Amino acid sequence: MPVAMPLPDDAVLVRRAEIVAALRGIVPGEGVIASEEAMRPYESDGLTAYRQLPMVVVLPETTAQVAGVLGYCHREGIKVVPRGAGTSLSGGALPLGDGVLLGMAKFNRIREIDFDNRVAVVEPGVTNLAVSQAVEQAGFYYAPDPSSQIACTIGGNVAENSGGVHCLKYGVTTNNVLGCELVLMTGEVLRLGGKHLDAGGYDLLGIVTGSEGLLGVVTEVTVRILKKPQTARAALIGFPSSEDAGDCVARIIGAGIIPGGMEMMDGPAIKAAEDFVHAGYPLDVEALLIVELDGPAAEVDHLLERVQEIARGCCAATCRISNSEEERLLFWAGRKAAFPAVGRISPDYYCMDGTIPRAKLPLVLKRMQELSRQYGLRVANVFHAGDGNLHPLILYDANRPGELERAEEFGADILRLCVEVGGVLTGEHGVGVEKRDLMPAMFTPADLDQQQRLKCAFDDKSLLNPGKVFPTLHRCAELGRMHVHAGKVAFPDLPRF
Amino acid sequence: MADTIKARDAADVEQAICAALGDGRTLELTGRGTKRGIGRAAQWDATLDLSGLSGVTLYEPEELVLSAKAGTPLAEIEALVAASKQQLAFEPMDYGPVLGVAPGGGTIGGAIAANLSGPRRIKAGAARDHFLGVNAVSGRGETFKSGGRVVKNVTGYDLCKLLAGSWGTLAAMTDITIKTLPRAETEATVLVFALDDGAACKAMAAAMGSYGDVSAAAHLQPAVGARIAATANAVGAVTAFRLEGVAPSVAQRKSVLEALLAPFSALGTLDEAASRSFWRAVRDVTPFAAFRPFGEPDLWRISTAPARGADIGRKLTEQAGAEILYDWAGGLVWAALPPSADANAALVRTTVAEAGGHATLIRAPAPVRAAVEVFTPEPPPLAALTRRVREGFDPNGVLNPGRMWAGV
Repeated sequence: MPVAMPLPDDAVLVRRAEIVAALRGIVPGEGVIASEEAMRPYESDGLTAYRQLPMVVVLPETTAQVAGVLGYCHREGIKVVPRGAGTSLSGGALPLGDGVLLGMAKFNRIREIDFDNRVAVVEPGVTNLAVSQAVEQAGFYYAPDPSSQIACTIGGNVAENSGGVHCLKYGVTTNNVLGCELVLMTGEVLRLGGKHLDAGGYDLLGIVTGSEGLLGVVTEVTVRILKKPQTARAALIGFPSSEDAGDCVARIIGAGIIPGGMEMMDGPAIKAAEDFVHAGYPLDVEALLIVELDGPAAEVDHLLERVQEIARGCCAATCRISNSEEERLLFWAGRKAAFPAVGRISPDYYCMDGTIPRAKLPLVLKRMQELSRQYGLRVANVFHAGDGNLHPLILYDANRPGELERAEEFGADILRLCVEVGGVLTGEHGVGVEKRDLMPAMFTPADLDQQQRLKCAFDDKSLLNPGKVFPTLHRCAELGRMHVHAGKVAFPDLPRF
Repeated sequence: MADTIKARDAADVEQAICAALGDGRTLELTGRGTKRGIGRAAQWDATLDLSGLSGVTLYEPEELVLSAKAGTPLAEIEALVAASKQQLAFEPMDYGPVLGVAPGGGTIGGAIAANLSGPRRIKAGAARDHFLGVNAVSGRGETFKSGGRVVKNVTGYDLCKLLAGSWGTLAAMTDITIKTLPRAETEATVLVFALDDGAACKAMAAAMGSYGDVSAAAHLQPAVGARIAATANAVGAVTAFRLEGVAPSVAQRKSVLEALLAPFSALGTLDEAASRSFWRAVRDVTPFAAFRPFGEPDLWRISTAPARGADIGRKLTEQAGAEILYDWAGGLVWAALPPSADANAALVRTTVAEAGGHATLIRAPAPVRAAVEVFTPEPPPLAALTRRVREGFDPNGVLNPGRMWAGV
């Protein structure tokens, strides 16, 4: 494993039997799992290259149990790794050998659906899709729709600030969450937000969202639900080059159109997807755009006309408009199956997740092809074109010695490239362990220190999910120290009046 | 008379904060000072004026992104993006009218620090939702950055969310990057007349749950609506629904909404121009503008669950003679109360606590804002966390100490 995790604490490991017994006292019955074979399913998340058995798995059912477990671990100095459905692609739920793996799967109830206030109050183990399903009879839905939505949970969505294909228009998790119940590592239970908008004080909900399980454990979430758009239609547009496709995206947005979804695929991704699902994608183009408009029929029809005009002005080679719901879903089928489709043409693939300023796409694709030749590994690209979120899929074979390592190095180079052109290391998958050691490519030590001081405000002993996100663990006392030099500093060049 | 330090650039800001740390002095952070009247009435040793950090440094309409120095006038940014048919979708309100300050004076840094929003909050979010990246100097005198210039980013903690609405108590922002969005091509407003507050909140809930795709919903009690030009001649209360978009869409949704609302009461319409001026007045709460003839009421801003707005309004009206303007489909309650020594804080706090939400005393004389909490007091574990967060950024309490709560 190339990423070093915190060294196991032998003083904790020798007490394992005692710790397991104490945890059984807090979570009775089958909620504490200590046998190796029963813990096996928890040894990794969606980033399966990294595996580690936890010291013990605990599956609490109530907030009081979560508070009990965390409070106990805080007193005893035991590390805790929270886990939702384990679909993270960045290793956010990778266990620690001397840590408790706190699985939130039993928090699986929808507590309240409140149409008057257009919110749903759910437990964190409820899946993303289940929220939409619970309100769909009344014509509502929950907007963020990560592609893992059938399995991933709301708690995990909050931890990772998950997005989805519709987030340019409808926002990511942080824009759609109104409140939560949060248990701190000390066992203290807090309520942040509620059914109202914005915080009365600091926006701690905003900081907890996307904190990758490092600040607290969420035991209830209040999400906004929205009325479903009345109609949706999609355009499938092929281009001779990615420059033309990128130009088309820029012109669509420049024309004041924010599509519900706007996805791009490159040549290798198009071919893999078409071979797999036969969606009718053109195979003689270098880039394919799916542009989906949603809203009232009059609006959708009107804007689709404009999109077609723009596409024609951008050298579009092909353009089809969906004329039925079946056809729209067929357009999407290839895109949604892009990952498994790539899985068919390569024994393994490594999914990256960077964001770039959109205008840099042709440059980034070109440099990526150079890197592809340099590393001797193929790459296919799918791209949330509207918001610049790029998912390069690096094709490799784990059975060939050295290929995984090369794929990881290739991936790191791609992410450094994203930062170099003004983008960021991760658009929606999180830093986790995967991108942890790349953080200095984007942040200075002062930037990272300031983030870690926030961690200290929530978790003074750094017991919650340590070894994730930050490349270096600092003691909170060290981070909190102030270096103020006494004595008057005149700064005569500052104008004062 | 407290010193004023006028920073010219980010390096000056860092120097000034380091100097204050060395001297053990506190700093008031200001842009152009338009929201100085908001917050606890506290005293600072010197003022750090950030208005000299001015200018848009990057604007790429097709990338939906704009960067500016923190002291850049909001009006300059709004004019710039309007020329590319874009807008700041969070519709930042202008506190000028209610605070008795000339309108249009605020800065982008102030808009973020106060987490401003407007009627479109219910559809498009607040400043926090459009704040992509920042460079700032902490109360430790350390320059740091967070976020970036792309709209989708989960790299590290989202410190932007924390700085939005922190009223300058964590760090002095020097450079700000925000999302810009296309401006709607046209708009229209559907009016429903003479509903009481409870019925109006029901009508707003129905509209928000419809295919109308309403971008703003407000209810104005009779005396309140009468103070806005576009609705001055309405008889009784006015409940208003804004529709924005391309013309065919606005027309279609208008008929959807009219069919839905017709059973409630008589309907009216505001055309594009009247709609724009009406919502600007609602955004800036001009019916409760300062310097009204009969003395200046205390003004509370209350965020609650939309369906509970009318309960709060009713109680404050019955028990304290409040006038109410409801925005955000009932979720934002602007309550103007006859002046009193404590701004009826106890009544407001208990009423809001019952309904859920928070209340901020936006306008009251300084002695009142020194005597009662301006921001909602937090329960002990949360207050302790807030204090620890603050200490992580500003352990010596240099930046705006006491502006939000005593010691914060």
